[in-house]
Amino acid sequence: MLKNYGLIAEYESPHAICEASKRVRDAGYQKWDACTPFPVHGLDKAMGLKDSVLPWFVLVAGITGCALISWLMIWVAAYDYPLNIGGKPTWSVPAFVPPAFEVTILFSSLMAVFGMFALCGLPRLHHPLFHSKKFERVTDDKFFIVIEAQDALFDLEKTKDLLNQTHPVSIELVEEQL
Amino acid sequence: MHRGDLVLDEDLVKREDLIRGGLGYHDITEKVCKMAETPFLETHKGWLVGFALAASTLTMFVLAIGYLIWEGIGIWGNTSPTFWAWDIVNFVFWVGIGHAGTLISAILFLFRQKWRTSINRYAEAMTIFAVICALIFPGIHVGRIWVVYFFFPIPNQMDMWPNFRSPLLWDLFAVGTYFTVSLLFWYVGLVPDLATLRDRVKNKAAKLLYGLFSLGWRGSMRHWVHYERAYLLLAALSTPLVLSVHSVVSFDFATAQLPGWHTTIFPPYFVAGAIFSGFAMVQTLMLPARLWLGLKDIVTIKHIENMNKIILVTGSMVGYAYGIEFFMAWYSGNEYESFTFINRAFGPYAWAYWTMVTCNVITPQLFWFKKLRTSITVSFILSIFVNIGMWFERFVIIVTSLNRDFLPSSWHYFTPRIWEPIFLIGSFGLFFTFFLLFVRYLPVIAMAEIKGVIANGDDHHA
Repeated sequence: MLKNYGLIAEYESPHAICEASKRVRDAGYQKWDACTPFPVHGLDKAMGLKDSVLPWFVLVAGITGCALISWLMIWVAAYDYPLNIGGKPTWSVPAFVPPAFEVTILFSSLMAVFGMFALCGLPRLHHPLFHSKKFERVTDDKFFIVIEAQDALFDLEKTKDLLNQTHPVSIELVEEQL
Repeated sequence: MHRGDLVLDEDLVKREDLIRGGLGYHDITEKVCKMAETPFLETHKGWLVGFALAASTLTMFVLAIGYLIWEGIGIWGNTSPTFWAWDIVNFVFWVGIGHAGTLISAILFLFRQKWRTSINRYAEAMTIFAVICALIFPGIHVGRIWVVYFFFPIPNQMDMWPNFRSPLLWDLFAVGTYFTVSLLFWYVGLVPDLATLRDRVKNKAAKLLYGLFSLGWRGSMRHWVHYERAYLLLAALSTPLVLSVHSVVSFDFATAQLPGWHTTIFPPYFVAGAIFSGFAMVQTLMLPARLWLGLKDIVTIKHIENMNKIILVTGSMVGYAYGIEFFMAWYSGNEYESFTFINRAFGPYAWAYWTMVTCNVITPQLFWFKKLRTSITVSFILSIFVNIGMWFERFVIIVTSLNRDFLPSSWHYFTPRIWEPIFLIGSFGLFFTFFLLFVRYLPVIAMAEIKGVIANGDDHHA
C-alpha cells in the first residue's frame, strides 16, 4: 500500500529556492526541508535553521581523548611500568605532550565525522524521496523544497497552492511504501 | 559559516580565473563524472597501460615485502653504523608528500582561498595514498612484524607497555592520527559527490556501491548545516595536526644526540620541506591528469601558478634552513657538528648533498619568473626535480650523519643492495595503483564545492 510522503517543488536557482523557503517558513510549516546540490549561501537563514550543535560534541570528545591518553601515559610510564632511561624522570610531562595532542585531535575528528552523520540521521539505505525520478537531479543541478505529509499544516490542495505561488518549475507528489 | 564572506584576494573571486568557459552546475557534473561513468570496455587505453604498469610494480612490492618478512631486514644494505637508510628515507619522503594535500584541503580552506576547490580532492587522495606508502616502511623495518602490536598501548602476554617518552612512539600516534583524519576528511568531502554518481550511473553494481558509500545523502539543507560545520571543524583540527606530524617525524632525529640531527631548527624545517615536496608531487600528478581527463577549464593556469608560488616560498624556506644549519654548525663551536656538515658537503656523500642543493635551492628560484611559473612544461619538469631533491634531502640527513659516527674505526660507506630500489619503486607502484583507481572510479574534482564557488561568483556579478 502507498501513502503520501509529501510534496516536492523543483527550482532552478539558489536564489529561487531561498525566496520560496522564506514563504514556506513564514507559512509556519515545521516538517519540511530544502534539498540542494551544494550548501546554498543564506538558505539556512531563509529556512530559519539554528546553528549546528556539533562543535560542543567535538569539544567534549577532544577533552575526553586528551584526559584518557594522559591518564594512560602517566599510569604506564610512572606507576605500572616505570623504565629507567638515562636516569630521566618517569613523570616527564613534556614527553607526554605529542601523544596527548595527537589523541585529542583524533577523538575530536572522529566525533566531528560520526557525530555529524548521527545528527543527520545517516547512514540510511533508503528514503521515500528516492522514489522520485525528478529528485535524482538534486545532486546535480536542481533545487527542491520538500513538505512532508506528516506536518500538521499539510493539506494537499492548500500546500500545493502555497508552493505554486513560489514559481517552481514543477510540483510532484511523492508516495512511500507503508 | 559562510564561505566567501571574507575575501583575501579580490581577483581570485572572479569566476573566469577559477573556472573557465562559463560552465553551469550541470556542465560541472558532466565533466567530472565522465571518467567514472565510462563503461569498463571503453576504458581509455592510456589508463589501462598505466594501470598494468602500476599494478605489476605493486605486485613486485608485495612479493618483496613477503621476502623481507621471510628473510629479515638483512636483505637491505643497512649495516653498522648505518642502521637507518632507504627505509626511513622513504618513510619521511612519503609522509612529506602527504602534507600538501592537507595544506590545500585544510589551511587554504581556513584562509578562504577559493582556488583550492579545483584541486583539493586530488591532493587529499594523494595524501592518503602517500601516507599508506609511508606507514609501510617503518612497519616492515621493525623486522619481526608479527609482534608489531608491541607498539600499541594494549595489554599483552609479556605484560609490558610501550615507552611513551620515545619519539618513535610519538611518531606512531602522529602518523596514525594523520592517516585517520585525512581519510575522514577526504571521505566526508566525497559523500555528496558519491551521491551524484549514485543518482547518475546506470550499472546496477556501481549504483549499489556508490549508494552504500554515499550513506543515503540527499542534499538536505538540514544536513548541510551540520556538514559544513563538521567540514570547518575538520579543517581547523587538521591544520595544527599537519604542522605537528612532520614536527614529530623530525623529533625522531632531533631528540637523538647525533651531530647533524640534534638541532632545534628541525621541526619548522621539516614542515616547510614537506609542503614543498608535497606541492611538487601535486604538480607532477595533476599536470598530465588535467590534460588526459579534459579538466583544463576547471584546473586553470591560475591554479598552477598559485601552486608554483607556494613551491617558491617553501623552497626558499628550505634553502634558508640549509644555510642556517651550516651557520649554526660553525657558530656553535662544536667540532663534531662542524665536522658533520663539512662531511656532508665535501665528504664521501658530497654527490648526494649537491644533488639536493641543486634540486631544492636552485630549482624553485626559477619560479620568480612569471613566464616560467605559468608554463606547464617547465612546471612539470621542475616538479620532478623537486621530488628528486627532497628524496635526497632525507638521504643526506639520515645517511651522512650516520655513516661517520664518533669512532673513526667504525666508519663505513653505506651502499644499498638491489632490494632498496625495488622497495622504493614498489612503493610508487602502490601509490599509482591507488591513484589510477581513484581517477577512474571517483569524482576527481569536488563537484559540490565547485558549484558553491560558481553560485557565489554569480552573486558577485549580479
